[in-house]
Amino acid sequence: MVKLQINGKTVEAREGEMLLAVIQRMGIDVPTQCHHEAIEPTGNCRLCMVEITKKNWDGWKKSVTSCLYPVEEGLIVETHNDKLFEIRKTILDLQLARSPHSDYVTKMAAEYGLEKSSYPAEPQGDDCIMCYACTRICDVLGKSAIAPTMRGHEKIIAGPFGEAPPDCIGCLSCAHICPTDHIKWNDKGNTRKIWDKKFKLIKCKKCGKKTITREFADYLIEKRELPSEYFDTCDVCKRKETAEKMGELVIKAREATI
Amino acid sequence: MKIDSITKLDKWRKEILTKQKTIKTKVLICLGPGCLAGGSDLILKEFQTLLKKKKIKDISVESVKKTGCHGFCARGPLVIIEPLGIFYSKVKKMHVKDIIEKTLQKGEIIEKLLYKDPNTEKIYKEWRKIPFYARQQKIALRNVGQIDPDEITDYIANGGYAALAKILKSMKPDDVIEQVSKSGLRGRGGAGFSTGRKWATCAKAEENPHYVLCNGDEGDPGAFMDRCIMEGDPHTVLEGMIICAYAVGSQEGYIYVREEYPLAVVNLQKAIDDARKYGLLGDNILGTDLCFDLKISKGGGAFVCGESSALMRSVAGEIGEPRAKYVRSVLKGLHDKPTVLNNVETFANIPVIIEKGADWFSAIGTKKSTGTKAFSLAGKIKNTGLIEVPMGIKLKEIIYDIGGGINDNREFKAVQTGGPSGGCLPADKLDLEVDFDTLADNGSMMGSGGMVVMDDRTCMVDVSRYFLNFLVEESCGKCVPCREGLFQLHKLNEKICEGKGTEDDLKLMENLSETIISGSLCGLGQSGPNPFLSTIMYFRDEYEAHVNKQECPGGVCKNLITYRINDDCNGCMACLSVCAAGAIKGKKKEQHIIDEVKCDRCGACFAVCNINAIDII
Repeated sequence: MVKLQINGKTVEAREGEMLLAVIQRMGIDVPTQCHHEAIEPTGNCRLCMVEITKKNWDGWKKSVTSCLYPVEEGLIVETHNDKLFEIRKTILDLQLARSPHSDYVTKMAAEYGLEKSSYPAEPQGDDCIMCYACTRICDVLGKSAIAPTMRGHEKIIAGPFGEAPPDCIGCLSCAHICPTDHIKWNDKGNTRKIWDKKFKLIKCKKCGKKTITREFADYLIEKRELPSEYFDTCDVCKRKETAEKMGELVIKAREATI
Repeated sequence: MKIDSITKLDKWRKEILTKQKTIKTKVLICLGPGCLAGGSDLILKEFQTLLKKKKIKDISVESVKKTGCHGFCARGPLVIIEPLGIFYSKVKKMHVKDIIEKTLQKGEIIEKLLYKDPNTEKIYKEWRKIPFYARQQKIALRNVGQIDPDEITDYIANGGYAALAKILKSMKPDDVIEQVSKSGLRGRGGAGFSTGRKWATCAKAEENPHYVLCNGDEGDPGAFMDRCIMEGDPHTVLEGMIICAYAVGSQEGYIYVREEYPLAVVNLQKAIDDARKYGLLGDNILGTDLCFDLKISKGGGAFVCGESSALMRSVAGEIGEPRAKYVRSVLKGLHDKPTVLNNVETFANIPVIIEKGADWFSAIGTKKSTGTKAFSLAGKIKNTGLIEVPMGIKLKEIIYDIGGGINDNREFKAVQTGGPSGGCLPADKLDLEVDFDTLADNGSMMGSGGMVVMDDRTCMVDVSRYFLNFLVEESCGKCVPCREGLFQLHKLNEKICEGKGTEDDLKLMENLSETIISGSLCGLGQSGPNPFLSTIMYFRDEYEAHVNKQECPGGVCKNLITYRINDDCNGCMACLSVCAAGAIKGKKKEQHIIDEVKCDRCGACFAVCNINAIDII
């Protein structure tokens, strides 16, 4: 265990833990955008910045992203002050210029007293805040179908060469994790469309309900070594089937004892 | 032939030297980037063809040598005749016959090819005496321009791989690290971190394997020092890296070179192949237990890949984006293993430090910045070129004594050091001593060694705009302050250049800069606002002129200037013929006139007029 000080309070933390986890456990509200428990931190949004110092640093302070900074013995952390407020506010101000129509961004910016960006709205702005949550969750799933492409202000999240990603299995993880709902998808009839790629949805053999894409099912079957007919029925029907089987077993067992 | 022992290396060196002694006169032809652009490869061919036909005593085709950059790019193509050091500049193919017949055959000097100092009108016969060279001291560049980079024998004849032999014979890895630490050598890539300390940390790291990387991703506009070392003396980089591998216990290394340096890639590959062939790379180097091999990793040319963590990801085949370095890359670098990453110039210094000793090296330069530093002089300066000077030399000495002063003897305005993330220093800072700390204390930085000189016709607001534009394009786009912040900073800067900026915009820019510096993830963003901050620090009056009076004192910003023809015009019609907008009217031998509405302020007329008959208002 490591002992450190956060906003004047001494706390204990596990070695290797990141500052942000400790801060959140204490119930302190530090804003984040790109942080998500399911994925590795990358420090894109910079909102979780805190100021750190140590007793022997002679009053010298350093701003670090708490999501990436591992806890250290004797560390003195400050999560809110004028400088940090200014950094967070400017970041949101900049995002407001790029994504003026995003509810997510406008709400966060409003908390810092920003109604309109100090900067001119960007003509090519969209709702993507470049938090990489989508690409990171895709990496976690082992597909890495999409990635940040291009550079600087032109950077976008896309498949290889800007085309429909060949490795995408239409699992929708990216769309669900996206904090600004920027990743669009739709299911029409038996077809799912995402990233300009079309997928066929599996129809439950029993009830006819559409479940997941064929590609996603095949991937899971292969990866988790599931039986090949595993996804032929939907979850509900599968549960029903199990319940029926169990019921039959119970009846049989009862009959046997009588 | 494998050189599998140190004795064999010494013997080989002696053989090479004996053979080279038979060639009495050497004709060195510079094939550095500048001279090559001037056609020095044709000059080399001409020498070879003509000498094949002719029989001259002591001179043969072997006397002619191609070399890397000799330094004095402004006077290229250069032909140097050793051992007398005769310096022929601005040589053309047609001069070759004369050089052979007069200088090589009869020992006559061709005066028109000699260098004449434009400031003193003095003519110099020998290159070492020319002021451009006289103030220099070459350590990292010691062989560049002196040897044929393709010939390992040339490097060996000049003492190459002797330092490697020395450590293998008589030094333990710790001794090597101690020497490098004691020498005070600081990383030449820009940040100036102690090389010895970096090596010591890596050597002590428990995880294995250890990697040695060389950063040849020189990306600053106007910088070409590393390029010239890699092209002109590739073996010194190799030797430096092998010594490092021995010190930190590494068996695998990479040289990261940008693909825009094709010749550097070719020359380094040739050097690696040769070193392998002779047993200087690979298993059991020089018959000892040391095993180390090297590969070239080619970069796609992203500026940000010069940043250590982005470079390491790029070498590993991932996207070249930086990561937070709260755990330093020397402990968690390439493939998350301990890694030493040094710049090309840093490695080039190593063999000399080992050979001559730490004390010799630390006696050069200043107390905290020892040794020398290579710079590429560019911009509005007479003697553009590649130089190496002791640390602590004054900016003034570099610009006026070595650089020969400003083009057309115009007034000096600023010098930019440290590339796009560095800063611009004004005339009253010319007395500053050039070292890591002094430059940083004055709002600029050493950087990798680019030095761009600007004259009074430069607009500092425009300079800031130019470099911010560069950084906006080169930002990787991962974190918000750098991606969005630099973008908006550049937009605001552009607004000021157009004469539409306000005092409030300046304040907004200053506040925004603070967040970009403290909020960005890597060095690119953290130093990104420097072009703006250093220019507004020293040239606030120019910003205010743009904002308050809609004037551009440097006469550059198109929206704020107009060209007018004055009474000196002799009606030569030169400006009229170059005006693409058709805005100039006039008859031959009569004063011309510019239609301000039609004029698109391209400046072509101003550039073509050689009697100063066009004013910028």
